[in-house]
Amino acid sequence: MSAASPTALPRWVDVVALPAVNLLAAFLLSGLVVVAIGEDPFQAMGLLVTGAFGNAESIGYTLYYATNFIFTGLAVAIAFHAGLFNIGGEGQAYIGGLGVGLVCLWLGDLPAVLVVPLAILTGAAFGAAWAAVPAYLQAYRGSHIVITTIMFNFIAASVMTYLMVNVLIRPSQQSPESREFATAATLPRLHEIADAVGLEITASPLNLAFLWALICAALFHVFLWRTRWGYEIRAVGANETAAIYAGISPARIIILAMAISGALAGFVALNELMGVHHRIILNFTGGYGFVGIAVALIGRNRPLGICLAALLFGALYQGGSELSFDMPNVTRELVVVIQGLVILFCGALENLFRGRIAAYFQRPATAGAVS
Amino acid sequence: MDELVVVISMVGATLRVATPLILAALGGLYAERSGVVDIGLEGKMLGAAFAAAAVAAVSGSALVGLAAAIAVSVALALIHAYASVTHNGNQVVSGMAINIMVAGLAPTLGVAWFHQGGQTPMLKDDARFAPIALPFSRELADVPLLGPLYAEVISGHNLLVYLAVAAVPATAWVVFCTRFGLRLRAVGENPHAVDTAGVSVVWLRYRAMILCGVLCGIAGAYLSTAHSAAFVRDMTAGKGYLALAALIFGKWMPWPTFLACLLFAFTDALQVRLQGVDLFLVGVVPVQFIQAIPYLLTVLLLAGFVGKAAAPRASAIPFVKDR
Repeated sequence: MSAASPTALPRWVDVVALPAVNLLAAFLLSGLVVVAIGEDPFQAMGLLVTGAFGNAESIGYTLYYATNFIFTGLAVAIAFHAGLFNIGGEGQAYIGGLGVGLVCLWLGDLPAVLVVPLAILTGAAFGAAWAAVPAYLQAYRGSHIVITTIMFNFIAASVMTYLMVNVLIRPSQQSPESREFATAATLPRLHEIADAVGLEITASPLNLAFLWALICAALFHVFLWRTRWGYEIRAVGANETAAIYAGISPARIIILAMAISGALAGFVALNELMGVHHRIILNFTGGYGFVGIAVALIGRNRPLGICLAALLFGALYQGGSELSFDMPNVTRELVVVIQGLVILFCGALENLFRGRIAAYFQRPATAGAVS
Repeated sequence: MDELVVVISMVGATLRVATPLILAALGGLYAERSGVVDIGLEGKMLGAAFAAAAVAAVSGSALVGLAAAIAVSVALALIHAYASVTHNGNQVVSGMAINIMVAGLAPTLGVAWFHQGGQTPMLKDDARFAPIALPFSRELADVPLLGPLYAEVISGHNLLVYLAVAAVPATAWVVFCTRFGLRLRAVGENPHAVDTAGVSVVWLRYRAMILCGVLCGIAGAYLSTAHSAAFVRDMTAGKGYLALAALIFGKWMPWPTFLACLLFAFTDALQVRLQGVDLFLVGVVPVQFIQAIPYLLTVLLLAGFVGKAAAPRASAIPFVKDR
């Protein structure tokens, strides 16, 4: 996303050290926020870590949150690779959930081997379609994708509220929820699978969607670095003019990248609806689409980095909610503050420390040249 | 006569809903005209709303609250400027960071300071901006048409509503009739030309962001200390993005932006009125559809189906001085 860096740095500095320094700065400021609300930041950090990894149940929760963040992080990243900023993950996940939900409600009587792939495909198609409209408008009508995807988030929320309140709501019920999916249309949770083979694991919402997220991350790598389309996406993102000279149509690539982005965002519904809630509910996306921005930024838009960043944010979400039980002054929103600071330091202020670190690495080289 | 009363009260309601939109959209106008994309209007408003309510609750003065709101909002605007002007960071990412940070910070501090689940204490009347009755509004109230119009639409609003309306001609004057305005527009279109003329691009953009911060600060203070009597979670509820949409819909011009804000606010007032009403030929219009109208209109406009909107040319492009 940023302009080409003026100074070339060793690869490990660019990929590991810089994000680490930026992350550290974000955490330091978060610590100051904890001090400002009158709690001990070190104690808070300890509670956060044990809350996220202390026992099997908390690890399960951490990985369950991470599942969502892998999907949305990959979604933001593929758009980044094409030089696009997709803020619409939230809306795409929501509409993707509509696709997943409709399959699960209408075709839930089919065997699971049919329903689950169908739900995956439909969720992807709905999310992709919702992202393809802003992409088309950007590619062929010149409207800015950031603004259009923001607008589409609000439109998605309106559409879903309308459908939930008027169409999909379970009859004779007040709260806007659909009826429950059939068992075949749900994803088994890890402790249920373990139970079936005789192992005993503490119950948690961690389900098969996690595996699908890891598969998506692997496919993401193969697609982007080993296929023609992936190459074209990266070419358009790196230099659109050069890509045009190479015979690539940026308009087509914009729509392709955004459609994949929307499909990935739509998979959040697999984890949330098929894995946990087993019905369509309002606002199941819960801001996960926005977390994807932070995850993609720390993960440097690479699948392995995104998985690690998703794990970090999964731990923050799970640890944060445990922390809010233990410390009366702390609320779950503390995690949102950290998330915002991470986006600020790893994204907008990524050049803040770059110059200084670059100077440190160049000094020995120039000194050697002089002597 | 009844319809008239309804229409007049709807116009009054429109103006009250439009006020924060007008202020934030005009703030965005300064930022975007200078070439800095600002999707952080939402965060600045939310931070200002919290600061205004918190400080007004402690100090008991709405004006001190307003000052705090402006200070917080300007500080956030300066963070945005520091990231996107000084460090050439991605402006959209920076705006998003501010929105998310404030969305977390306001309830975090709110719970820690006031222990009311993220709300601030209810403000007493003297810690809020009270409606101002203009002279003769009561005497004229009995005059047909003109009386209610004067009493409901023109009189009886609080200070910040009048400030918002006054900000429109003021902005139009600053942007189109002053030297600063000329340079502001130039730096958003072609910063290199401005730089060649010996004018600092960075300082111009910083000033634009400060103005943006001031206006968003007033907008936030309006929400929590004039329109309501406390800060509640997620108080802005997308109004910052709606203001951004209005700014685009108004093609980055003060008066059209003002009209777009009124239009968007009117759909809000309309939605309250039309809830469950059976319209002739149309049937019951879903509330959610009316809520989505501003966003749909903005998308259609940006796509060139309803007129054409072109952003300042240097929008979102960091300025790197030529050698």
